[in-house]
Amino acid sequence: MSVLVYIDSSGDKIAKNAYEAVTYGKKLGDVTAVTNGKASEGDLAELGKYGADKVLVDRSFEGIDDQQLTKLVATAAEKTGATTIVFSNDLVGKAVAPRLSVRLNAGLVSGATDLPKEDGTIPVNVFSGKAFGHVKVSTDKKIIALLPNSLQPEETGSEAAVEEFDGNAGDSRVEVLDTKLPEGEIPLPEAELVVSAGRGLKGPENWGIVTDLAETLGAATACSRPVADTGWRPHHEHVGQTGVAIRPNLYIAAGISGAIQHLAGVNGSKVIVVINTDEEAPFFKAADYGVVGDAFEVLPRLNEAIKKFKASN
Amino acid sequence: MKILVCISKAPDTTTKISFTDGDTKFDTNGVKYIVNPYDEWYALVRGLELKEANGGTVTTVTVGTAEDEATIRKALAIGADDAVRIDTDAEDAFQVATEIANFAKTGDYDLILLGKETIDYNGSQVGGMIAEHLDQPFISLASKLDVEGNTATLDKEITGGVQTVKADLPLVVSCAKGMAEQRIPNMRGIMAARSKPLKVEASSSADKLTSFVKYQLPAPKSAVKLIDPENMDELVDLLHNEAKVI
Ligand SMILES: Cc1cc2nc3c(=O)[nH]c(=O)nc-3n(C[C@H](O)[C@H](O)[C@H](O)COP(=O)(O)OP(=O)(O)OC[C@H]3O[C@@H](n4cnc5c(N)ncnc54)[C@H](O)[C@@H]3O)c2cc1C
Repeated sequence: MSVLVYIDSSGDKIAKNAYEAVTYGKKLGDVTAVTNGKASEGDLAELGKYGADKVLVDRSFEGIDDQQLTKLVATAAEKTGATTIVFSNDLVGKAVAPRLSVRLNAGLVSGATDLPKEDGTIPVNVFSGKAFGHVKVSTDKKIIALLPNSLQPEETGSEAAVEEFDGNAGDSRVEVLDTKLPEGEIPLPEAELVVSAGRGLKGPENWGIVTDLAETLGAATACSRPVADTGWRPHHEHVGQTGVAIRPNLYIAAGISGAIQHLAGVNGSKVIVVINTDEEAPFFKAADYGVVGDAFEVLPRLNEAIKKFKASN
Repeated sequence: MKILVCISKAPDTTTKISFTDGDTKFDTNGVKYIVNPYDEWYALVRGLELKEANGGTVTTVTVGTAEDEATIRKALAIGADDAVRIDTDAEDAFQVATEIANFAKTGDYDLILLGKETIDYNGSQVGGMIAEHLDQPFISLASKLDVEGNTATLDKEITGGVQTVKADLPLVVSCAKGMAEQRIPNMRGIMAARSKPLKVEASSSADKLTSFVKYQLPAPKSAVKLIDPENMDELVDLLHNEAKVI
């Protein structure tokens, strides 16, 4: 089977979730990757390690305009005869995959958490992570948008052949005026480690103990809804049913009670650590490891313990 | 300015999720429905603010059955001028988007606003699909939207940051946190909503490309392992050797 995988190469380096998408595609068939812009030949050839035979790159335009990218991927799908097209369900994938579904009249499965089952259905997260659904696609062509951090990238092959091509992407109708990428912050949706805090921290002036721990760990920071609503932390850190849904390997929650709406956004995490003064806090029921204690003491202590661990490993 | 806001219902956020018919259907027994928070808090309220500032109309559109009318009335109570319900069961994002796009083609809307996703199926699909059907730009996950004349300026979320973009109307915009503040309907709004027009349109029998054939609840968590707050070395050891996440 011919599989096409879209790669966002607009950043400084190709993100891990792109390697995840190639690995996923490789398990389904022969992979061609497609991208645009100015990523180096070496970085693109690297996709071969994860299973791409070939990388098609359109050097004529940069950026992540969804109309242009839809045309690019459609052109590549036609050229390769791909019957399955894989995206990472990140912010670019969420904008492009639905457009492509209409353009190719191909059923879209967004938020896939695993490979297709024997009956051909594909598991996805539904009800904000409170359940899984199995989706059947009724068209011959399929588009699968893979939830980040659902499988680990696997190195299986060698370098891919990189080929320049014309994706007929047309012009963008959206002008980019400004791009702000806060320095040194790890983007939350793709982070493998997350340190999060809630109202138990009492005020924005106390967040140093949270960001210190995150820095030591190399983790992203997150928060509960009231914390973002009151402006203690920026909106994009709000996780939960009405914020971002994340599924890191490790989620450390300090001073968060664990309301059902909060859990909905984090219950896909592989391991959850809860730090709370109240041993009755509902979050402990969803936790793997719990610390009944004061975040103001426990977070700095944990930070020191991690530093010690890092120094000796 | 003519604004169309897509409104979907969603189970109340405290709903305990369960399934029936051999795990093939969501069990709606006793489920309370609300307006999907992203549609209500952000898309609808920003639409109303733009109307208040620039004049125009705010129409809501919902693909659904008579059961959806309570949530549609809520949107009218918050301040939409009129509502349209396209009369069919909403089963697939492609179907919903096609129905809405077919309806929108008849109305010359300057802006189509919707929430970034619904809190039940979390697909984030409908907005991009409508935009492609209508050959319009799609600004996804916008946290800010201003309109001057025929041009919109928006902030949208991108990986690791925010981008400010500009595009000419007509546009499709999916709305996320930051766009507006939730509005609680007052008594006058609720009374007025009863007599606002809610038009039922026949469906255009759009195709469905996907279906949910089975559901499954996640495996229950095993009991939490409690760690002495004085002994964080133990926690680090467990995270490294047992959980293998650091
Ligand atoms: C429609 C709807 C959608 C919602 N969506 C979301 C969502 O997406 N995300 C979300 O997070 N919430 C959401 N909520 C809100 C949710 O119901 C809770 O109100 C919220 O998650 C509580 O935040 P919190 O845990 O930070 O605060 P609280 O519930 O006030 O909990 C604070 C916790 O800190 C503990 N604590 C206090 N002091 C300390 C200390 N010194 N050390 C350690 N622990 C301490 C307390 O014991 C308590 O458990 C939503 C609500 C509704 C109605």
